[in-house]
Amino acid sequence: MADSSRETAPAKTGAGTPKAGTGTAKVQAGTPQAGAGTSVPDGRARAWARDALRWDTVVGALLVVLLLCSFSFVDNFGNALNLSFLIGNTLPIAMIALPMTMLVVSGEIDLSVGSTAGLAGAVMGKLWNQGMSIETIIPLCILLGVVCGLVNGLLVTRLGLPSLAVTIGTLAAYRGIAQIVLGSNSVTDFPQQYLNFASDRLGGTFVPQAALPWVVLLVVAAVVLHATPVGRSLFAVGASQEAARFAGIRVKRMKLSMFVATGTVSALTGVFWALHYASARYDNATGLELSVIAGVLLGGIDFDGGKGTLGGAVAGVFLLGALQNVMSLVNVSAQSQTVVTGVLLVISVLAPRVARQAGRARARRKASAAPPPGALPATG
Amino acid sequence: MTMTAEQPTPATAPEAPSTTGVLDRVLKVRELAIAVVLVVMLTATQLDNSAFLSQQGIKDLLLNATILVLVAVGQAVVVITRNVDLSVGSVLGISAFAAGDLLHGGGNPVLAVVVAVAVGAAFGVVNGLLVSLGQVPALVVTLGTLYIIRGLDSIWIGSRQITAADLPSGFTSFGHDGIGVVPYLALLTAVVLVAAAYYLRSYRSGRDMYALGSSPEAARLAGVPVRKRILAAYVTCGALAGLAGALYLARFGNVDSGTGNGYELTVVSAVVVGGVAFTGGSGSLYGAALGALLLTSINSVLPSIGVSSVWVQAIDGVLLLLAIAVDRVVALRVAGLLRKRAAQTRSAHHG
Repeated sequence: MADSSRETAPAKTGAGTPKAGTGTAKVQAGTPQAGAGTSVPDGRARAWARDALRWDTVVGALLVVLLLCSFSFVDNFGNALNLSFLIGNTLPIAMIALPMTMLVVSGEIDLSVGSTAGLAGAVMGKLWNQGMSIETIIPLCILLGVVCGLVNGLLVTRLGLPSLAVTIGTLAAYRGIAQIVLGSNSVTDFPQQYLNFASDRLGGTFVPQAALPWVVLLVVAAVVLHATPVGRSLFAVGASQEAARFAGIRVKRMKLSMFVATGTVSALTGVFWALHYASARYDNATGLELSVIAGVLLGGIDFDGGKGTLGGAVAGVFLLGALQNVMSLVNVSAQSQTVVTGVLLVISVLAPRVARQAGRARARRKASAAPPPGALPATG
Repeated sequence: MTMTAEQPTPATAPEAPSTTGVLDRVLKVRELAIAVVLVVMLTATQLDNSAFLSQQGIKDLLLNATILVLVAVGQAVVVITRNVDLSVGSVLGISAFAAGDLLHGGGNPVLAVVVAVAVGAAFGVVNGLLVSLGQVPALVVTLGTLYIIRGLDSIWIGSRQITAADLPSGFTSFGHDGIGVVPYLALLTAVVLVAAAYYLRSYRSGRDMYALGSSPEAARLAGVPVRKRILAAYVTCGALAGLAGALYLARFGNVDSGTGNGYELTVVSAVVVGGVAFTGGSGSLYGAALGALLLTSINSVLPSIGVSSVWVQAIDGVLLLLAIAVDRVVALRVAGLLRKRAAQTRSAHHG
């Protein structure tokens, strides 16, 4: 969408040293230990470049600070029950955030995740009502997620449609199908051991059992995104689709598989949602897409693609979740929580750019104050 | 898409057989296609259920469409500049309540409408400044302001609500009555639509919006004041959402803190169905208005031909997908046709 800023960025950095810094920053934004701009002699420019691109560490630090403050000052925050609520309520968002991060890194977006989750839950309830065994239903529901992702992905990659428009369409379509399937019924009588799995805690700790599969998913996603050629290709595709194609990356297949992954995990989340809250309804997980996207963007995943880390996204999701939990505990109304979420979201996109522009202005001032002989470009 | 496909035509058209030329033109007039679908759909429904297009039926169709048309026109202006405004639902809700609160306190109806428009425009300024000055993705910023405005709305309103009993009777009858079958609200909407479409078509600053959406970088280099135009687009969108809020109040007489929740997706659907592409720089306001009319008409048609209301949302979604897919396929076909024709003329010159 507003990729004009990215296009204009290189043109404006004509003055002096930061040029090399921004160049490397763009390419290496993905790797956690990116020693940004090692070729830049100017220490200040290097530090600035590092600050500008480590938004995800800022979010991580904020999360840690919030948790520490809450443990010390907020009553009832630290008890096991509250912590398990916090994690249990954030898990659906955190699950979908994993493939969503990869999808956004590759330059696409999926708004239909909440509807896919709702559809999976509705189909699960319907099939259960018809007497199918839950061991057959769950794989079928996940398969349904694969199909939902395929539809999104094929429309985007084969027809070349914008993912935003396609997934707004499937957002309505999948939710509508869920409504057709289940009507206004709600199904609650799932087998007890499954309900228990989705709501119980691990031993005597505060960690919900369902967090274990999530951790496995997290590790898989982190390895794929940050330690394999596939992950590097996703960043390349997001940074410049054309260049990635010329470099031999199968862009369409890449994007298609990311859509399928997102659909699959969304369906899995829908199954979890229905079990966790012991209720399958067509309107389960309505609006979940906004929470997922808010968390992912807050974690520093650039909507233009090609930038971000999985750690940042997870930190963003849990920062929002923890903040909401704390605000409820200190009796901040749900309405004010909405405002805080919105403000955070705006700040998360505004702050890195403002910092970048301020740094650029500083560098420009410095360059014009002490012009190296004959090296000052006219564009500054 | 349609705009960019037009350029190569003059060079090759003279040799082209006239039938394909006509076909091209028809395919390019996206508005016509929607109008045909709309007419066919309404005619079929009328044949099935002769009570559908009664006087009251037509009036209801128009009344249902007005609010969505207004917001869709504003949204289309923003989408044409290659941006998006997701906060329209929240803006509609808060300006409807602002107008309602004023009327509840015995205020002047005209003043209430002006206040609603001003509230909407003010939020448009906020969105516009964030997007143009901050140079941040419109989707994220307006998702943020969607939350913020909805939250402020809920804090301000709490559990209060405005009902028709709180409003002066003149205001509510303005929301229902009209001249013949045409409601006042539809007339007002039509005036706004024609004015906005004329501005976008015939004024330099209006054309700038298309230029901006086609290629922001080229527009900047050509001297288009990018920030000013984006700000103007958002203010227009906000003001129209505000006006729609006032009309919502007049039509339904009932506003609470949930008013307009989730409306942004309907609006975006209407705009996209109407042929205004997300990639910016193409489409027209008439198209967006027709898209809105089509969507609201479908919602009236389905119940009257006996389709259960649970199907409505799925059909809306599939329709949106169909609209963008058909649009794309046609654009690809036309582009392919033009390329082939260009190749033919080239080989004719060489041979």
